[in-house]
Amino acid sequence: MSKQRVIVVGNGMVGHKFIDSVINSDNAENYEILTFSEEPRLAYDRVKLSSYFSGSTVDDLMLTSEEHYQSAGVIYTLNDKVVDIDHDNKTVKLASGKVERYDKLVLATGSYPFVPPIPGKDQPHCLVYRTIEDLEDITASAQESKVGVVVGGGLLGLEAANALKNLGLETHVVEFAPRLMAVQLDEGGGNLLRRKVEALDVNVHTEKNTKNITAGEKHRYRMEFADGSYLETDMILFSAGIRPQDELARNCGIDVGERGGIVIDNYCRTSVEDIYAIGECALWDSKIFGLVAPGYQMAKVALSHIDGGKEEFTGADMSTKLKLLGVDVASVGDAHARTPGAQTYTYEDGVNEVYKRLIVSEDRKKLLGAVLVGDVEAYGTLQQMCVNSMDLPEAPEQLILPASDGSAGAAMGVDALPDTAQLCSCLDVTKGDIVDAVQGGCCTMGDIKEKTEASTGCGGCAALVKSVMDNELKNLGVEVNNHLCEHFNYSRAELADIVRVKKIESFDELLDSHGNGGLGCEICKPTVGSILASFWNDYVLEDKHMGLQDTNDIYLGNMQKDGTYSIVPRVAGGEITPDKLIVLGEVAKEYDLYTKITGGQRIDLFGAQLHELPEIWKKLVDAGFETGHAYGKSVRTVKSCVGSTWCRYGVQDSVGMAIAVENRYKGLRSPHKLKFAVSGCTRECAEAQSKDIGVIATENGWNLYVCGNGGMRPRHADLFATDLDDETLVKYIDRVLMFYIRTADRLQRTSVWLENLEGGLDYLREVVIDDKLNIAQELEDEMTSNIGKYQCEWKTTIENPEKLKRFRHFVNSDETDSNLAYVVEREQRRPANEQERENQIPAVEVTA
Amino acid sequence: MSANAVSDEQQTQWIEVCDKNALDSDTGVCALINGKQIAVFYVGKLDEVFAIDNYDPIGKANVLSRGIIGTQGEHICVASPLYKEHYDLRTGECLENSDIRVTAYAVKIENGKVLIAV
Ligand code: SRM
Ligand SMILES: Cc1cc2nc3c(=O)[nH]c(=O)nc-3n(C[C@H](O)[C@H](O)[C@H](O)COP(=O)(O)OP(=O)(O)OC[C@H]3O[C@@H](n4cnc5c(N)ncnc54)[C@H](O)[C@@H]3O)c2cc1C
Ligand code: SF4
Ligand code: FES
Repeated sequence: MSKQRVIVVGNGMVGHKFIDSVINSDNAENYEILTFSEEPRLAYDRVKLSSYFSGSTVDDLMLTSEEHYQSAGVIYTLNDKVVDIDHDNKTVKLASGKVERYDKLVLATGSYPFVPPIPGKDQPHCLVYRTIEDLEDITASAQESKVGVVVGGGLLGLEAANALKNLGLETHVVEFAPRLMAVQLDEGGGNLLRRKVEALDVNVHTEKNTKNITAGEKHRYRMEFADGSYLETDMILFSAGIRPQDELARNCGIDVGERGGIVIDNYCRTSVEDIYAIGECALWDSKIFGLVAPGYQMAKVALSHIDGGKEEFTGADMSTKLKLLGVDVASVGDAHARTPGAQTYTYEDGVNEVYKRLIVSEDRKKLLGAVLVGDVEAYGTLQQMCVNSMDLPEAPEQLILPASDGSAGAAMGVDALPDTAQLCSCLDVTKGDIVDAVQGGCCTMGDIKEKTEASTGCGGCAALVKSVMDNELKNLGVEVNNHLCEHFNYSRAELADIVRVKKIESFDELLDSHGNGGLGCEICKPTVGSILASFWNDYVLEDKHMGLQDTNDIYLGNMQKDGTYSIVPRVAGGEITPDKLIVLGEVAKEYDLYTKITGGQRIDLFGAQLHELPEIWKKLVDAGFETGHAYGKSVRTVKSCVGSTWCRYGVQDSVGMAIAVENRYKGLRSPHKLKFAVSGCTRECAEAQSKDIGVIATENGWNLYVCGNGGMRPRHADLFATDLDDETLVKYIDRVLMFYIRTADRLQRTSVWLENLEGGLDYLREVVIDDKLNIAQELEDEMTSNIGKYQCEWKTTIENPEKLKRFRHFVNSDETDSNLAYVVEREQRRPANEQERENQIPAVEVTA
Repeated sequence: MSANAVSDEQQTQWIEVCDKNALDSDTGVCALINGKQIAVFYVGKLDEVFAIDNYDPIGKANVLSRGIIGTQGEHICVASPLYKEHYDLRTGECLENSDIRVTAYAVKIENGKVLIAV
């Protein structure tokens, strides 16, 4: 059989998808493919166009390359336009005069930006946003402009506004409708979006109908609105919608819709035999689809039909979820409640700026649509319920209400989804496809992406795809593993056992003997570093351990948002002498450090640069301070109340005990940080019941509480033992902590550890108090050995010239980081925010 | 723009940065070259050096030299110390977001010196 000659007019996203599908199909050799593009390059990713303004290059945006087309035998011509179709003789004619014969013709001519017919719209700095050339024009124009206006407050308009902001312009959005994103959002959602966008310094003007563009006084142009008001600007970007590019079809006798668009049937056939239309130029059921996913589906359908198949295009879900100017927005199905009888549920949280609305059927059984602004977590669930017409739960409002226990409210068991549910609309992947892939052996997201292409488009479906994968793995009885990372098939607790029992002393030794190759990563390195420190307690910056240390540990300070560090000396039990306070004040003054009392009863000095750390710490160590390990997953503070020495109610010396406890465990590294407190009586002023280890004085000794937590999920500590004497108290704490260090997961606080410990508190008592496992002595010995090796890491470091060399910003220069910028607030400096930074750029650079 | 480091030896101008032994195994340092901050990493196991921009485009601070280095599958990368995105040390590509990349530079060790081409 001789090859069929297929001509694809337009090499945009959809035209390319069609060609790519032919190349990858089993029948590829049956076809000879030709394509013509008006643009100077082959297909690129228009969806990601805006990333050009945040650093992507044209190369990054390309979807294919000339080499790829050549090697696949695709014949292409760039910079040339198809101007005529002779469907009787089955030929097309190009602007260059060339004529080519076809067997099948596929029109993928896309659309063009609509520019409203406003007088003055054709001036030089009035631009549109669709092609790479447009981006270049916008960039050039922005260089000569200070103010930019986007006409159109839809999805693309807001993206364009973001681009103008990124280019440093004062940005305005002018919208004809009363709200932003009128197509996707209802009034409430649109209003909230507007507030959020305005908070980002984009000026929004709604219900403005531009009548005329004339010369401005302060800026290049003046836009005159129908209501008599005006706005001056240096450039204008039109983003007022798209129109299907149907000129060619229209001129050649192919049916087009009343308001444009090439009419197609369910097989993507036009009114003329052997001519198909796909993508944004096509009109199906009187609808144009302005998104790429439906276009991709049409490409598949058209190819199927040409190939003798029976696939049909049956419409597409236009639900969208996106981040516009950093604001999360989603719209599902019938967002405007246009379905007769539709009922709605609305949830609005003015404090956290969240708006959610559900549109349900008259009988409240089915979800028709939804609008989400500010919190789009429920999108996946809602979109699936909507497209699959799944039954709503009894109380549909639960889907948008925050759950009272703080967990996500709208989670839906993925089991409930039908196999036909489309999870990834970009690549048309269903739940069934994922399930098949898992049954075929895929068990990571990487495998799934490779096998099904799911999540390789916009990425919006990743969470849903992963939960379907995990669920199916579970159904298959595959244990969803607790392996630390790709480098170790062991959990943290297992690795801790291996290190302890086999006396492994370095990361490389462990990786070589028990790892999966590679070099390790930022998960396993610090975890193993911490395990080694818990058991052997070497100096953390020793050569073989240095590369394992996390962000903060490696420079023995907490990295702040601008790359500088904070300094937190230990103030055991919160007790500090006036002399030491004066030293802290003097040092802070000398280095202009922002100074604050922490929530842990000590003092934090912020804003020290890398090279200043050793000098500052030298002064502090000389004055008798030690490191506070604020940077480590390690013992932080022991909070105390003043206790019996001063307080009229105190029954024991809580400060004395707090200092003793802090000095005993300081420097102990553990799976997560450890916090303690000691209160002098039952009034509990030190809040010991919110700590990992809490001690409260009694008439007869001490009550010990364990596994409390403040922070994200507070948990009251459990009363573990009562009326302990000093010695027993310490013994029990030793054992609890060491048992935790041996058995906890990575970054698991004691609260979560206890909740996951089989047998719970009773079991912990059996191990620690009754010594059921016969390890109490071991645990104590391990603690004693750890304590015996304590050193102040800062003292060791400032005494070691080799290590000090690392505390410089540059290895080859004494200069310092030039990127730091500060402003003074309440008499102290703090990092300048982005806007303040911009304002600090000298004005001279912008003028001229 | 090709970020892929190794370029034509003849045309490249190599700039000396520091002694090799100023680099500690499996950590990074920052070099100042023609006013640009460049993070230089030494992977002991491979006896290889890598160089990329020091500026973290997501955290917006000059910190990449202070991240942990390791592997993600085939990629040798550094995890930003601020928010832990991975950057491929050979190409500068951000593994979490293909829209973002930093520049990768050709770098080598010769006669105990670290040399970078910019
Ligand atoms: C400085 C300080 C805030 C302050 O100005 O008061 C602070 C600052 C930080 N806290 Fe905190 N926390 C501070 C007291 C607390 C407290 C109060 C306390 O300890 O009594 C809590 C709640 C109690 C608790 O932990 O149970 C607290 C709960 C957290 C959490 C949540 C932990 C949790 O289990 O939910 C984090 C996040 C984490 O560790 O993953 C955190 C993390 C952080 C980090 C490390 C965040 C980061 O990675 O940059 C901050 C760095 C500090 C720095 O750069 O020096 N911080 N943080 C306090 C230092 C205390 C100290 O002297 O060491
Ligand atoms: C800034 C921006 C952001 C977007 N964001 C999203 C998003 O987040 N999600 C989403 O789904 N969609 C998005 N879109 C829409 C998406 O890009 C389009 O749906 C998609 O590109 C349509 O593909 P197409 O092939 O039909 O048209 P196009 O990609 O426009 O391709 C048509 C091509 O045909 C050429 N052509 C036209 N006529 C002729 C002729 N006679 N001869 C030769 N060549 C011709 C054109 O020059 C063009 O190159 C966005 C679009 C823009 C501009
Ligand atoms: S806890 Fe008791 S001793 Fe401590 S300050 Fe309060 S009342 Fe006084
Ligand atoms: S929905 Fe876009 S990648 Fe799956």
